[in-house]
Amino acid sequence: MAVCGRKGATRRTLATTSVSVSGDRLPEPSPHPQTPTAGAYNPGMPLDLGWIRGIRVNRSATERRAATIITRRTVKKEWQAAWLLRAVADLDLTTLAGDDTPSNVARLCAKAKSPILPDMLERLGLPQLHVGAVCVYHNLVPVAVDALRGSGIPVAAVSTGFPAGQIPLDRKLDEIRASVEAGADEIDIVISRAYVLEARWRDLYREVSAFREACEPALMKAIVASGDLATLRNVAQASTVCMMAGADFVKTSTGKETTNATLPVGLTMVRAIRDYYHRTGFEFRVGFKPAGGIRTAKQALQWLILMREELGVDWMMPTLFRIGASSLLTDIERQLGYFLTGRYAAEHHFPLP
Amino acid sequence: MTVAEIFETLEYGPAPEAAEPAVAWIARHDGRFGNFIDGRWAPPADGDFFESINPATGRSIALVAQSSKQDVDAAVAAARAAAPGWARTPGHVRARYLYALARRVQRSSRLLAVLETLDNGKTIRETRDIDVPLVARHFYYHAGWAQLMSAELAELEPVGVVGQIIPWNFPLLMLAWKIAPALAMGNTVVLKPAEFTSLTALAFAEMVEAAGLPPGVVNIITGDGRTGEMLVESDVDKIAFTGSTDVGRLIRRATAGTGKRLSLELGGKSPFVVFDDADIDGAVEGLVDAIWFNQGQVCCAGSRLLVQESVETAVLDRLRRRMETLRIGDPLDKAVDIGAIVAPVQLQRIQRLVQQGIEEGAQMWQPSWACPTEGYFYPPTLFTDVAPAATIAQVEIFGPVLVSMTFRTPDEAVALANNTRYGLAASVWSENINLALETARRIKAGSIWVNCTNLFDAASGFGGYRESGFGREGGREGLYEYLKLRDGWDATAIPRQSAQQEIELTDSEQITDHRAAPPRIDRTPKQYIGGKQTRPDSGYSQEIRGPSGELLGEAGAGNRKDVRDAVEAAQGATAWSWSTAHARAQILYYIAENLEARRAEFAQRLVDQTGYRGGAAEVDQAIERLFTFAAWTDKYDGEVHQTPFRNMTVAVNEAIGVIGVLCPNDQPLLGFITPVAAAVAMGNRVVAVPSEAHPLSATDLYQVLDTSDLPPGVVNIVTGIHSTLLPVLAAHDDVEAIWVWGIGDECRLAEYESAGNMKRTWVHREPFPWTDTPNSLIREFLRESTQVKNIWVPYGE
Repeated sequence: MAVCGRKGATRRTLATTSVSVSGDRLPEPSPHPQTPTAGAYNPGMPLDLGWIRGIRVNRSATERRAATIITRRTVKKEWQAAWLLRAVADLDLTTLAGDDTPSNVARLCAKAKSPILPDMLERLGLPQLHVGAVCVYHNLVPVAVDALRGSGIPVAAVSTGFPAGQIPLDRKLDEIRASVEAGADEIDIVISRAYVLEARWRDLYREVSAFREACEPALMKAIVASGDLATLRNVAQASTVCMMAGADFVKTSTGKETTNATLPVGLTMVRAIRDYYHRTGFEFRVGFKPAGGIRTAKQALQWLILMREELGVDWMMPTLFRIGASSLLTDIERQLGYFLTGRYAAEHHFPLP
Repeated sequence: MTVAEIFETLEYGPAPEAAEPAVAWIARHDGRFGNFIDGRWAPPADGDFFESINPATGRSIALVAQSSKQDVDAAVAAARAAAPGWARTPGHVRARYLYALARRVQRSSRLLAVLETLDNGKTIRETRDIDVPLVARHFYYHAGWAQLMSAELAELEPVGVVGQIIPWNFPLLMLAWKIAPALAMGNTVVLKPAEFTSLTALAFAEMVEAAGLPPGVVNIITGDGRTGEMLVESDVDKIAFTGSTDVGRLIRRATAGTGKRLSLELGGKSPFVVFDDADIDGAVEGLVDAIWFNQGQVCCAGSRLLVQESVETAVLDRLRRRMETLRIGDPLDKAVDIGAIVAPVQLQRIQRLVQQGIEEGAQMWQPSWACPTEGYFYPPTLFTDVAPAATIAQVEIFGPVLVSMTFRTPDEAVALANNTRYGLAASVWSENINLALETARRIKAGSIWVNCTNLFDAASGFGGYRESGFGREGGREGLYEYLKLRDGWDATAIPRQSAQQEIELTDSEQITDHRAAPPRIDRTPKQYIGGKQTRPDSGYSQEIRGPSGELLGEAGAGNRKDVRDAVEAAQGATAWSWSTAHARAQILYYIAENLEARRAEFAQRLVDQTGYRGGAAEVDQAIERLFTFAAWTDKYDGEVHQTPFRNMTVAVNEAIGVIGVLCPNDQPLLGFITPVAAAVAMGNRVVAVPSEAHPLSATDLYQVLDTSDLPPGVVNIVTGIHSTLLPVLAAHDDVEAIWVWGIGDECRLAEYESAGNMKRTWVHREPFPWTDTPNSLIREFLRESTQVKNIWVPYGE
């Protein structure tokens, strides 16, 4: 499984980017674009304020689609098992607690390498399966890097004054650089919510562009913290500015806001990703990461259905989709156990992270 | 396919809902169903059965009765026998029965959903999540109205026995829409489901039986169109029909002059309007719910996409992408969006119309995937480059076929939206509340969904404008279809003579006998059209004589062209319908004021024409009547319905448009003023044909109207022979309602001819209580002057 870092990827600089796709019309209509099965590719583009200001999101219509997208689709039996394994492969296995220490992070990494009981994986035909990434605070990056060395599992660090982002810009940039230096492959940055709430799109663009630069060559996920953004329109606008500034992924939440990842928010963000992809001539692909409050296998399937319906199969792979969660694995393991044995297992039958 | 393979392809795989319980239910009946009449199951009298087919497989799943006249008569007789007892049953008791039906529907919800899917071909997702929950909701809601009827609707009583004929597109839901309000209001019913889809109605009959409803209150008979025809002709008090406009027309003609009441919910070609400031992804998803809901076999399907030019490409690109992700197939599969078309005949109709669309030059587009080969399936289809004149833009396809057109301005959007015979529903997408609400008011349709589509609820009335039919189902407005005024206004109880005699002749001494005076200056009462007095086209006049045969004047002998001109003038006076209620009230008060200034003259004219000595009293009553309707103009409010979504469902009472009024022969002033004032108060424009024998009280009004600032064209008066004018008025397709106070033949003719454009009719054979008009009847004038539009406005940022 390919790790989707930027290492080795050629990055266009903003100066050489000649994208100018302002206005409502899409470029060349091509309803069935041949998407290469590749990961995130987003060199960013100049800020297009006309585009940002023209964004419309109707909450009621969005909620209706979010409510019915999961009643229109379901997966059963082998298909459900396969989809749940896909959710494991997409998992950013996360611990972001005040009491994190090297020992529990090392345990988490062990679980990341062996997320499902090996005999189960053997029977399911995917013995090599591991999670998408391990996500920790900066201080624990070296522990995770050590623990995951050789596994092919990237280490992600939350950064830029996570979760609130209320520290000066230079310290945010220092934090990013330090994490990259320490071996983090992916950086989950938080945006300054104030810029969104005050509609300071230029400031947001500059901030995220600076983060982007500091992240090199690591992959950057931009957390919009939807729970702080008040409206879905703000979520769509903030996501789009982050994409223009070169984010490789946009991510819903830190997990610390009072409202976590919800399907209407997710739908709004994936539609923004799709719009960005279309308007850049089916070139710039940005990944999506819902995070916070995703605890059950059923929820994981719902997020996968959302991705398949709105963006297609490519966007269900870890190169373009991650689920940020800490306790989800347990429920997935239990459902897979039922699939294999026809019995529901006790929670303590599965190894702790 | 192995788990490891699916891990890469991420296909959905099959997810079938089990059919076994429904199949077992059919088997318990030996696969053969009789009728449910008088609380018992009875085989059809002729012993004829026909097959019910599963459209997803093309295979027969059961045999149902082909009912004959004998069966229909037995069912109607049972309903007739049960009617008095059911009407007397206390509302609370009826509420308990309806509540029990709601609970039973919920307890059997999955069986009903699966059965509906097997019989109709619609997806299990829809039957499970939409049809069946709405069925339960309708019975709950109307249980509430049964409980409240005696307190809230005290002046009204049940119509009696109702024949109900429903379509195949929402078999059980349409049954609920019909039966729940009828039963709640104390009527008994004979319901005939559509021949393609009888099974859930029969399952419902079992629930009626199990719930212990008195025999005869609900009767279900199955059969094809012939059975329906027999039901229309049977001894019922009312027919409630949902189906095609063509069949609605036949029913309108068949019931003309019979005194049977009628409510019709017919076809549509509903516009789906997308402005450039809409949430386009939201609108595209709305289109999925609009035209690919139930395979497009929905009377209110948003089948005409009207999109603002500047966003056409964006909308159509997204739409095509979305169409690619729709899944068609086994309707019992829980992950399927589009099921089977109900029957080969419907599939062929769709194929034929699509072919015609291609031949007429429109661009057709369908997704790249293929339909199942077994069963009756048709892919979602998009037509672009469609001219408004194209067949596919005009006729109801009743399939998953969307036609797309563009507009440049809001005015053009409204003009295109209203460029149809129909008026069932519309969907309007814009993030601008000013634009959205204005468009919602201007589109002529019974349901307008702002930034949403195909939302239904028992608390909100559903029904059409124009040729989409009349009457509402749901909400308080829907109840009146199953109610009439308590005890009626019995003609014999209020004979005109005695009513007149009760009037005090307070001003009798002021009334002079002109016949003794010197000759008056000759006056020529002409027609009053577009605010002008115009000569009758015929060039003829008719003599108007008093009771002793003396010549009182010569009124214009109106003809076809006068009616035509009057309707044209009325159609032109649209501003009146948009004027404020306050402004309309002011003008009605002003008319009253100016009429009173000429009270003696009008009183004298009444005496001269009719010989009755109550002239002054009639003038006074006319003045009071003007005050009554002036008072109502700004008080006949709509409602905000409590539908279970985060939205405001606003029921607005809108003017119908142009109303033709054939006035009664007696009480020539009051019988003219009352209907005209009511209609005009509610914002309609009127073409009135005054009393044939005594038209001069109406022609004398011209100057009163002129001096009262009534805008030209709001009231148009054509005098003449009723038997000449009525057929023209009734057959004029730009007249949107017709009211008749006349003899039986006139009533029949008006109802029969109304079928041309499905104009609303309100006909009266008996003498009418013009003087002692109960308030409940005044309210009926207001109801007949308006149609309810429900505007759904979701909110939330």
